[in-house]
Amino acid sequence: MQIQELVLHKAEEYLASGKVDRVLAWKKGETFYDNSPAIFTKDNLNGFVYNEFCAPNLSKYLVNESKKEGKILVFLKPCDTYSFNQLVSEHRIDREKIVVIGLECQGMLDEKKIYNLGFKRIEKVEDGLDNIIITADGQQVQIKREELLSVKCVDCKSKEFAVADETIVVNEMKQPDKNSRFSVVSELEKMTEEERFKFWQNELSKCIRCNACRNVCPACTCTHCVFDNNKSGIAGKANSDSFEEKLYHIIRAYHVAGRCTDCGECSRVCPESIPLHLINRKFIKDINDNYGEFQAGKTVSEHNPLVDYTKGDCEPKEMVGK
Amino acid sequence: MYKIKLSDLDKLYKAISEDYPLYLPIKKAGEVNYGLYGEDEEVSLTTLKTVKSPKDAFFPQSEDLVNFKVDGNKIEVIDVRKEEQPFVVMGVRACDFKAFDVLDRVFLVDPLDTFYQNKRNAAIVVTNACTEPEDSCFCKVFGIDASDPSGDITTFIIGENLFWRANTEKGNALTEKVKGLFTETDDKIVAEEQKAIREKINSLPNVNLDLTPFKDEMLDIFNSEKWGKLSEACLGCGACTFVCPTCQCFDIRELTKNDGTVSRFRCWDSCMYSDFTKTAGGQPRTTQMQRYRQRFMHKLVYYPENNEGVYSCVGCGRCVKSCPMHLNIVKVIKAFDKGGKDE
Repeated sequence: MQIQELVLHKAEEYLASGKVDRVLAWKKGETFYDNSPAIFTKDNLNGFVYNEFCAPNLSKYLVNESKKEGKILVFLKPCDTYSFNQLVSEHRIDREKIVVIGLECQGMLDEKKIYNLGFKRIEKVEDGLDNIIITADGQQVQIKREELLSVKCVDCKSKEFAVADETIVVNEMKQPDKNSRFSVVSELEKMTEEERFKFWQNELSKCIRCNACRNVCPACTCTHCVFDNNKSGIAGKANSDSFEEKLYHIIRAYHVAGRCTDCGECSRVCPESIPLHLINRKFIKDINDNYGEFQAGKTVSEHNPLVDYTKGDCEPKEMVGK
Repeated sequence: MYKIKLSDLDKLYKAISEDYPLYLPIKKAGEVNYGLYGEDEEVSLTTLKTVKSPKDAFFPQSEDLVNFKVDGNKIEVIDVRKEEQPFVVMGVRACDFKAFDVLDRVFLVDPLDTFYQNKRNAAIVVTNACTEPEDSCFCKVFGIDASDPSGDITTFIIGENLFWRANTEKGNALTEKVKGLFTETDDKIVAEEQKAIREKINSLPNVNLDLTPFKDEMLDIFNSEKWGKLSEACLGCGACTFVCPTCQCFDIRELTKNDGTVSRFRCWDSCMYSDFTKTAGGQPRTTQMQRYRQRFMHKLVYYPENNEGVYSCVGCGRCVKSCPMHLNIVKVIKAFDKGGKDE
């Protein structure tokens, strides 16, 4: 049986038995790629979908959903489960109300990369695991999956579920190469300060301050963000000041440091394709280097290395200039 | 009608930029947006959709309105408006050009927005026909012909050439200045290409969207239960509004600079934001459903009601491409289609 059917059956089974009242999953869009997160109930499972175009991380929706009456079933891909745990750690979602079903993920696809291949009319996109079969302009072509991966799935951090009450896995998920995750960050580190500044200036000057990166971020769950708070003194919607742009992204990166699970949603949603996840990933690499390997959301824990103290902690002054 | 080889376009850009600041689609760090031409910039005239629309040319995302200097009891008011020098915006697509008309109906009526008006009057607009429209395009729904945009000058990129047709006095004046780079030609090739473009457009998936349901009783649309499901996944970010060529809402704020000057500026606002139109009295729209509904009611119901039936959507499809959760106006229009599924 195909994974889509298994997932739908699981949703139907839980709803029919009354174990949950609602299901948080994805709904089919108008074309091959535009699936959206959606809430389903027993009476309405129309458009339910799970395929290679279900990139949105559903964890953050649980902040609001778990405040409502009743139980909810959520489908989480391996990387989404880390965000879930992190939100439980921060007491942002009510674990008791939620059933987590972990789903197989072979890496989600980026429709832009498919369109960039030059097709005019795309009729069908099928998942053939290692290859993606595209029917377009009256012909069928196979493209390697890795060439079409969403930016968040390139350098996947893990195919292990950090939490799951049940899992649905049909095909084996290959553990990603651990070394590749930080390869781009290492390249940035090798640049001179001037080169690196230029790189980020070039990227961040594209920012249109739409706040998509912040609003999608599962680590950004403040009920009133400092950038929206007129009393904070730094509230602002303007993108005029390049300094403000840089301040915005760097404050955000610092605020989520130690809590960012590296889900990559920030980079996936950026309309200007700014590789924001690299800023967060640099912090993750530094935490690993200085405090020992740490993965936010791997377990439900109250302390990440930045808010914990051990006698073996590195000395900040030794870090300066390192 | 004139033509110039695509390989000679650099000469054309250079020639125009000697007399005018030239804004056109420029590729930077992988994405194409309108920017000021410079010899080191990578121009990308063939890009169909820039991420942001060219509306910045007349209505910049952030713009100083007036400055103040406060000294004790004295307040000095500094008018920051300056005489706008003529400038050229090149590569404007038919949908984006139509969007200028949508903005004009807001900014060029009483009370006149002089900031907008000055830039609008100073601009020479060079449009570019869409030889390769995409699946996400639906300008035809709003009566726009992407094969024949107007503007002061219209260009067509066909094969190895760019064809150039002046439409107005301003267009003729600019043409005179750069004519030396062109060769004269008839419009036969262009007419053939236009026919081909119209055929391509007719085969796009969203060109037959039905807008008649939005002419129904306003309150019935407003109170429809459909808005709940439609807005369910909305993150409340401003991506759709900031890439939109017709969104015109702005906020006015003040910033005290280091030298004590107070700058009163305006910047784009988004009806998706939680503090949009927040006043001392509170928030007119407290839920994301209400905010989401507002955006589409404005585009498809309120604006046409106030503007002889002109919609404030031009079918550029930018929101279709940029929404993080793939919500967009096409889905809204389809949801209200009476032939469509009811959910």
